[in-house]
Amino acid sequence: MTDVVMPQMGESIVEGTLTRWLKKQGEAVVRDEPLFEISTDKVDTEIPAPISGILAEILVTEGNTVAVNSIVARIAAEGAAPVAAPVAAAPAPVAVAPAPVAPAPVAAAAVPAPPVPVAAAPAAPPVPVAAAPAAPPVTASVEYSGPLSPLVRKMARENNVDLTKITGTGAGGRITKDDVEGYLKGAAPAAAAPVAAAARPAAPVSAPPVSSPAPTAKTRVEPMSNMRIKIAEHMVMSKRVSAHVTTVHRVDMTKVAKARAKNKDEFAARHGMSLTFLPFVARAAAEALRHFPMLNASIDGNNIIFHNEVNIGIAVALDGGLIVPVIRNADEKNVVGMQRSIVDLAARARSKQLKPDEIQGGTFSITNFGSFGSVFATPVINQPQVAILGVGTVEKVAAVVDDGIAIRSQCYLALTFDHRLIDGALGDQFTGKVKSILENWSEEVL
Amino acid sequence: MRSVIIQDLGRLGYTEALSVQHEIEAELKQGCGHDHLLLVEHPHVVTIGRNGHEDNILASIAFLEQRGIELHETDRGGDVTYHGPGQIVGYPIMDLRTWKRDVGAYVRGIEQVLIDTLEEFGISARRIPGLTGVWTGDGDSAAKIAAIGVHLSRWVSTHGWALNVATDLEYFGYIVPCGLTRPVTSMDRLGVRAGMDEVKAALARHFMRVFDFTENSK
Repeated sequence: MTDVVMPQMGESIVEGTLTRWLKKQGEAVVRDEPLFEISTDKVDTEIPAPISGILAEILVTEGNTVAVNSIVARIAAEGAAPVAAPVAAAPAPVAVAPAPVAPAPVAAAAVPAPPVPVAAAPAAPPVPVAAAPAAPPVTASVEYSGPLSPLVRKMARENNVDLTKITGTGAGGRITKDDVEGYLKGAAPAAAAPVAAAARPAAPVSAPPVSSPAPTAKTRVEPMSNMRIKIAEHMVMSKRVSAHVTTVHRVDMTKVAKARAKNKDEFAARHGMSLTFLPFVARAAAEALRHFPMLNASIDGNNIIFHNEVNIGIAVALDGGLIVPVIRNADEKNVVGMQRSIVDLAARARSKQLKPDEIQGGTFSITNFGSFGSVFATPVINQPQVAILGVGTVEKVAAVVDDGIAIRSQCYLALTFDHRLIDGALGDQFTGKVKSILENWSEEVL
Repeated sequence: MRSVIIQDLGRLGYTEALSVQHEIEAELKQGCGHDHLLLVEHPHVVTIGRNGHEDNILASIAFLEQRGIELHETDRGGDVTYHGPGQIVGYPIMDLRTWKRDVGAYVRGIEQVLIDTLEEFGISARRIPGLTGVWTGDGDSAAKIAAIGVHLSRWVSTHGWALNVATDLEYFGYIVPCGLTRPVTSMDRLGVRAGMDEVKAALARHFMRVFDFTENSK
């Protein structure tokens, strides 16, 4: 057997990420033929096979970072004992193996960990994963894709163990040597009878009773999507750059609620979309921005850049992220135009159809967390803007009006502003202006 | 001194330029080739590197097609990027065993070529550790002016850099959610009106200096 090592790529490189295997385990390779690829610092490198033979063992799976000179695979010279011949079983453990859906009884006795099949596990912690709706618990086994030590991989192969049926107890749910040993102890009779599956009576396998419902793995590791990484960068950057202050005003939305109620059927009939509270708030904010241009500015070094256009970004929640498409010249739009823009931008944001200029050039942002039931929150400024308005949910409350108690529609508006540029008084004057426009709503909607 | 053939391919499609690269690469691997630097301007194209994620393409494929933007998966390192008119793409195809035999030094070398070229045009550019490429501006206003993505096979390099001279930066908006990522910039955006040929000449000169080449009169 010849070891294949992560090659020395120069003095400056100490490790690389193995990005893909170009040959499968068990496949014949010819010397100098590309065997795998590694990625270092935006350089993608093909690494050739050092000798001809059979790729007997792959010790490092795709996506793992390895130090220079570590062994990533072994090649068996041609004509050598066909040790690794039955490898074919390894990459795609077929349903030959023992357990069906829930391999519960098997491992329970020895290992205090639960037999949750890793691949099928419907997300242990409540991580709101976007694209991956937990796989249904299928009968067929799935190739194990998590990180594994070479030793575990070897044990699994030699014993023909389906790793997806073992729950790891190591860091991040990693399968350890003990886990495999425990599994083998528990599963011994079944696992030892590979091919005879058909003949084997079903009974003995399901025998040992479960002692207790063991806890699930404590953590699960999943790489962030690129969008997530960028959002994370942007949020932290914004918090570092701006002096965030949030002011909250209570707004009586009764007049707006009436205007909305009066027009909503007609609006839906005419425009094919429902009329929400958001365009009213956006309309009021656009108007207030004209009165307070400092809120529609940004900072460049020691200069204040006043934007002559009022371009309002509307935060749109996406699966696993968010994006802030921009309503251009928002101050020229009435409620109908505003609602139309919001619906259109949100729909196209979700279907990835936005044009680049529709996500650029925002001068102020609005985030409508009220649509998720939040009363008020403290939004993060969308750089390089200097303020963002958060709209809380509109609800009916008992309010004191002219010394009497009345039922009013009400919401909280939260303005986060950059205290580098905007002082508290100005922030409150602006929010007060938005409030006053909404409370005294007089504009015809249709 | 080692010599290099510098070839200006003018405006050439991505696929066509790729096959030119592959020919030179094959010759080098067979030991009968010559180190090259290809300079080229591509029509609109979005390419996805080996570490690329389709979720970094903001626009739908249909939308890109409709705008006449090609989409290619490639074997270079790096993520999604855009090439188009006004951008000088440089493809050094060279045997790195004859120059330092060090992947990291190679990438730093390309960055140096770009930094020195930009300096010649009065633009102060720099590296940001951990973020391969060349950047202008400081701190949070840093913007990427040149991108790098390389493929290496038996120490022979392909792919290379893309320097924004007068690129229409709007096109970058198709590939990453703007406002959520660091911005891109160009020489033009920074107020430098330079001719493509002028910049190509400077790139070639600095490339030869950094990589210890003399030009091979072809």
